[in-house]
Formats: sequence, C-alpha cells, structure tokens
Amino acid sequence: MSFFEGTDFWTLAVIAGLTGVTIVTRSFFFFSSEEWTLPDWAQRGLQYAPIAAMAAVVLPEILMQEGEILHNWMDARWMGAAVGAAVYFWRHNVLLTIVAGMAAYLPLHLLLGW
Amino acid sequence: MFFKAENYRHPAFIEAVRDLAPQAPGVAAWGLMTGVSMVNSGLSVVEAIAMTLFVYAGSSQLAALPLIVAGAPAWVILATGFCVNLRFMVFSLHLRKYLMHLPRLERMVHGYLTADISYVLFTRRFAVPSEDPADQLTQAASLAGNTFTMWTSWVVASFAGIFLANMIPASWGLGFAGTLCLVGILCSLASTRMRIFAAGVAAATAIVAYHLPLKLNIVMAIGIAVVLSMSLERFQKTREGQAA
Repeated sequence: MSFFEGTDFWTLAVIAGLTGVTIVTRSFFFFSSEEWTLPDWAQRGLQYAPIAAMAAVVLPEILMQEGEILHNWMDARWMGAAVGAAVYFWRHNVLLTIVAGMAAYLPLHLLLGW
Repeated sequence: MFFKAENYRHPAFIEAVRDLAPQAPGVAAWGLMTGVSMVNSGLSVVEAIAMTLFVYAGSSQLAALPLIVAGAPAWVILATGFCVNLRFMVFSLHLRKYLMHLPRLERMVHGYLTADISYVLFTRRFAVPSEDPADQLTQAASLAGNTFTMWTSWVVASFAGIFLANMIPASWGLGFAGTLCLVGILCSLASTRMRIFAAGVAAATAIVAYHLPLKLNIVMAIGIAVVLSMSLERFQKTREGQAA
C-alpha cells in the first residue's frame, strides 16, 4: 500500500469542496456580525432540536432494516439498543451503555447472524 | 477552539473533556469504521487522511464515498454533502447566541468543529446562553474542551481504520457502538415530558420520511419536532393562563 497510490487531483478537489460544505453548514449563522437575535420563542423552540436530532438519527438505525421497518423481532440492533437504554436508566453512564449494548449485540450478531 | 490558551487553561475545558470522555469510545468506533469504509471503497491513503482531517463530518463522508467511486459530477457530490449537513445549520442557529461575543473567525472555528454530539452535550450542559463575560468565557472554554475530545477520538480512530482497513471487516458490526453512544445521549436528554414528545415526533417523522433522498428525513424530523413542541408548549401556557 503506497501512500500516494491512486491519489488523483479530482478526488482531492472534491475533498476540498466537501471541506467547504462542512465549514459553510456548521458555521452558517456565525458568519454575519449583524446585531440580531432570535425571538425568545424561537430560541426556546430550538431547545428541542438536540433531542429531536438524536431521535431522528438513532431510531431509524435501530428500528429499520434496509429501508423497511423491522418485521422480524429477531434483530440484534434493537435488542442491543434496548439493553443499552435500560443500562443507561439504571446507571446513568454512557460508557456502560455502550459496553452493555455491545455485549448484548455482538453475540446475537456474530453467532446467530441476527 | 482548543488551541487558544484562554480556553485550554480554563477549568471548564478539562471539565468538558471529562464529561465527554464516556462518549469517546462510541465516536471512536464510528470513526474507525468510517476509516475502514473510506479505504475499502477505493480512496487512496492520502485521500482518506485528507478527508478525515478536513471534511470532518462522518455522515457526509459516507454519503460522498459511493458517488466519488462512481465518478459522479462534483456538484452532485457537494450538493449531497450539503443536504446531509443541513442539520448543522439548525445547530449553528441555536448556538449563535452563545458565541456571538467572539470575533468572526473564532466563532466559525468553533462552529466548524461542533458536530452532533458536541452540540447536543454542550446545549445540555448550558441550557441558556450567558450575557456575563466571565460565564461566556466558561461556555466557550467548555465547548473547546468538548470539541477537542470529540476531534481527537474521531481522528485517531479514523486513522486506525485507514491503516487497518483490511483487518477489520464491516460485518463485525463494531460501528454499532456509535449508535449505542447516541442511544445513551438520547436517554440522558429524555428528562421532561415535552422532550420525550419531541423525540417521539422526530423519530416517527424520520422513519416515515426515510425514503426522502439525501437524508433529508433527518432535518425534516428536527424541523417538525421543534415546531410542534413549541406550539404545544405555547398551547399549554395559554391553557394554564386561562385556568389561573
């Protein structure tokens, strides 16, 4: 595996462009220095954005398979996630959530192929 | 930004590093598998390293890979990355009030480094942006410690994935640790009935709208959940007002 093997200018240019996309989207509302603030109700509404973002990313990951909602309960991901969530509410520790969830998920996934 | 002394010398910096450490293995697992996918889909080592260091956005990297391999037109790849990243614009709107006291370049660097987990845990730690200069410094230092931890675990793990790509098959499912990390964070946020309502609306929307292209279901779910929760909150307020 040589370091530069297969590196081409076009791909590097696309990577530069994607870097620009990250900068623009992540700091979109930081660019302008104009004095304006969101109305209070909007700032309060945005407090729901973090949990909404987490739920929108996570639940399709664990309740869907290949774009369909699970129609078979034998799926290692929702079981691992359920164990992880239970451990979270028990111990309030994300690291334990990850460890317990993986301990439930990996045997089902690797041994049973779920 | 973690390379600024007033941030990394501040006690809030190390406190944030400690708060974020339990999440680091989840982010690392996800970074590892992203490193593996980049190399397996045919990027060269240099390209994969450049993508890790500069693009620094897992979901847009993964969305771009098949398009790069297929030789899709550059504007299609950039437009895809943009749509996948739309949620970050919502995050920057939320964080604006926290960072506007800083010079433009500084707040843009903060923004560039603030990915999903950093945003969620920062706003969980500081529910309200401060008006007081000392507290503003604390919040900026905390965000710096937070993004420093996430950046380090993501980049180190991605590099490991890039160099060990042919030793770690995706079929092992190690990336699931990243999902579990988000499950833990989701549970930690589910502290009020209104928030659980918001999570339910977002999850249902994201699942129903799953077939929208370019992960637009995510930003749509966030938008609908925020608007509905806000309306419900106001409706409850008016009812309480009438009752009183």
